[in-house]
Amino acid sequence: MARIELETVSKTFSDHAALKDLCLDIADGEFFVLLGPTGAGKTTTLRLIAGLEEPTTGQIRINGDAVNDWGPAQRDVALVLQQYSLYPRLTVRDNLRFPLRSKIRNASPAEIAERVAYAAKTLRIEHLLDRKTDRLSGGEMQRVSIGRAIVRKPQVFLMDEPLSNLDAKLREAMRTELKDLQMRLGATFLFVTHDQVEAMTMGDRMGVLNHGKLEQIGTPHDIYRNPRNDFVAGFVGSPAINLLPGHIESGRAVVTPGSFELPLTTAPAKATGGVTFGIRPEDLQITSGAPLAAVVHDVENHGTEQVVTLRVGTTHLRASVPAHIGIKVEEQVRFGWSPDKVIFFDGETGVNIGRAV
Amino acid sequence: MATVTSYGQRLGNRVAVGMIILALIVFLAPIAWIGATAFKPRNLATTVPPTIFFAPEVSPFVKLFTKRVQLKPNEKVDYESAPWWERIVLDGGERISRTGRGEVQLSGYPSRFLNSLIVAITSTFLAVAMGTITAYGFSRFKVKGEADWLFFILSTRMLPPVVVAIPMFLMYRAVGLNDTHLGLIILYTAFNVSFAVWLMKGFIDEIPREYEEAALVDGYTRMEAFFKIVLPEAATGIAATAVFCFITAWNEYAFALIMTNRRAQTAPPFIPSQVGSGLPDWTVIASGTALFLLPVAIFTFLLRNHLLRGMSFGAIRK
Ligand SMILES: Nc1ncnc2c1ncn2[C@@H]1O[C@H](COP(=O)(O)OP(=O)(O)OP(=O)(O)O)[C@@H](O)[C@H]1O
Ligand SMILES: [Mg+2]
Repeated sequence: MARIELETVSKTFSDHAALKDLCLDIADGEFFVLLGPTGAGKTTTLRLIAGLEEPTTGQIRINGDAVNDWGPAQRDVALVLQQYSLYPRLTVRDNLRFPLRSKIRNASPAEIAERVAYAAKTLRIEHLLDRKTDRLSGGEMQRVSIGRAIVRKPQVFLMDEPLSNLDAKLREAMRTELKDLQMRLGATFLFVTHDQVEAMTMGDRMGVLNHGKLEQIGTPHDIYRNPRNDFVAGFVGSPAINLLPGHIESGRAVVTPGSFELPLTTAPAKATGGVTFGIRPEDLQITSGAPLAAVVHDVENHGTEQVVTLRVGTTHLRASVPAHIGIKVEEQVRFGWSPDKVIFFDGETGVNIGRAV
Repeated sequence: MATVTSYGQRLGNRVAVGMIILALIVFLAPIAWIGATAFKPRNLATTVPPTIFFAPEVSPFVKLFTKRVQLKPNEKVDYESAPWWERIVLDGGERISRTGRGEVQLSGYPSRFLNSLIVAITSTFLAVAMGTITAYGFSRFKVKGEADWLFFILSTRMLPPVVVAIPMFLMYRAVGLNDTHLGLIILYTAFNVSFAVWLMKGFIDEIPREYEEAALVDGYTRMEAFFKIVLPEAATGIAATAVFCFITAWNEYAFALIMTNRRAQTAPPFIPSQVGSGLPDWTVIASGTALFLLPVAIFTFLLRNHLLRGMSFGAIRK
């Protein structure tokens, strides 16, 4: 199995910088998730590691070997693509055999049969083996393309949003299956997604990518609790964090639009000028005795919880409350926050300058 | 397919079918004429109005394949022991010329036909192979000045080829390519390759490069990926391109007439040259033409499924 290192890797397409000084160190056997919005450079990162693109500058290492000059075949990585992942015209079985038939692997027919059978069993696609790939549903295709990766027993699995075409239920099932698979194979996984739920639930560690820059690396819990800046804070977590611009005045938070005040326990030393207050929806409370008045703007039912959008003047805040509490749109409510959960971001740079304790 | 049709649509369909029938009549009439004339007795070939009903004969084909001389006024022939096909010729007032050893002398047609096959098949193969590989390169790799190169390649077709016939003739004579198969093959390949590049580029651009990239990551070389993934996917385009190239090479007249006279002459310049030998016999010309049409017809028929998809130039997928 393998460790993957990227040292200040940059990739420029003509004059567009897709990746800027990316540094990554993915440990052997780790499930690493790369999260980012569309166009962030996630696919580019995978293609660089797979050897389908050359970095403009920087060094890529797999297991300590500098692989910049290696072709994709030599790197022994498996790639599950976002789309067009299967060879057309071939049956599922032939798709699974295809990587094993390469000259560099030189596998015997018996071995090929055995590995295909193993992959098919693992992914529960045995009944599909003799089907043509254009007769498969989206979920079946995804399984087959994952199967094509696991028959090879590669050092590294690179997966580019492999679950994006699936319906919500299947996606949930596949999340656990993939995670399970990774544990059983003990392989290094680099999993790319723009879905922060996938990142949070699957990753041992994750990296947040934005505009070709790695904003933060850490465990999902770490990143959720302590986002490096307001972008990461806004991108990770669902429903999204409330980011309220304002400043601190005599130990209280003053939110500029709507100019309302909320209590604070502590304030970071650096919070002298403009500050953005970050507060997760679950840390807002709607109770009758709370300090501030608001109007219910919208209610979204998510099953076990409901996300309530509150309106204070022109400011909107999201709060998540248990589903059993009856709340109606346009109702007058009172709300407050947990002062010890507030995260402070610099009003100018958006950098995290501390959190309340 | 539209399953629900309105009155207007049905009317439209009828009009369309009518137009197709009309077009078919226009296109098929000359072919029907050639086919009919190829089996007519000589005296019915040029009647006015045309003879439509007649007893078909194979005499034009016998004459097409053999070398004949006119019977002299009092020449004695052994009519009784002659085979049936020789009698046909004798009935027409001619006799088949024979070598000193008594072997039947063939006309020039079979060897011209063979030349046509050799030249057209080889040049089609070369043009399509070169076109496909070039198109693949343009489609998949960053080529400096790609648009300019492609324009340059196309520009070779921007003037009628005959314009360069005389310089080509002089050059060919200088290097000894006149009246050789190789000479014609080079010419026809050169005509067709630009067309093949453009056509194939369109088809290859349509094939997602992800397929090949998956193969590269799976442990195949670029070449293996090309042969295993790209070629099968491009089969439709290759078939369409091959038919176009084959038709161009097969039907080419002007250069064949100028550059060849015997050894490497193809059928197109040969067939009309038969008008001049003796009295014009249109039935022989028609039979030669009818046979000449067959290879293209067969080739196109075999590839018809690919062509239907290919003619839409990738617009209809799967
Ligand atoms: N071959 C290329 N030529 C030019 N620009 C490219 C190329 N490939 C990617 N880019 C650009 O690089 C940036 C990053 O692209 P990339 O495909 O890595 O994004 P992504 O994070 O995978 O997005 P998505 O979630 O939409 O798949 C984009 O702005 C894209 O337009
Ligand atoms: Mg992508």
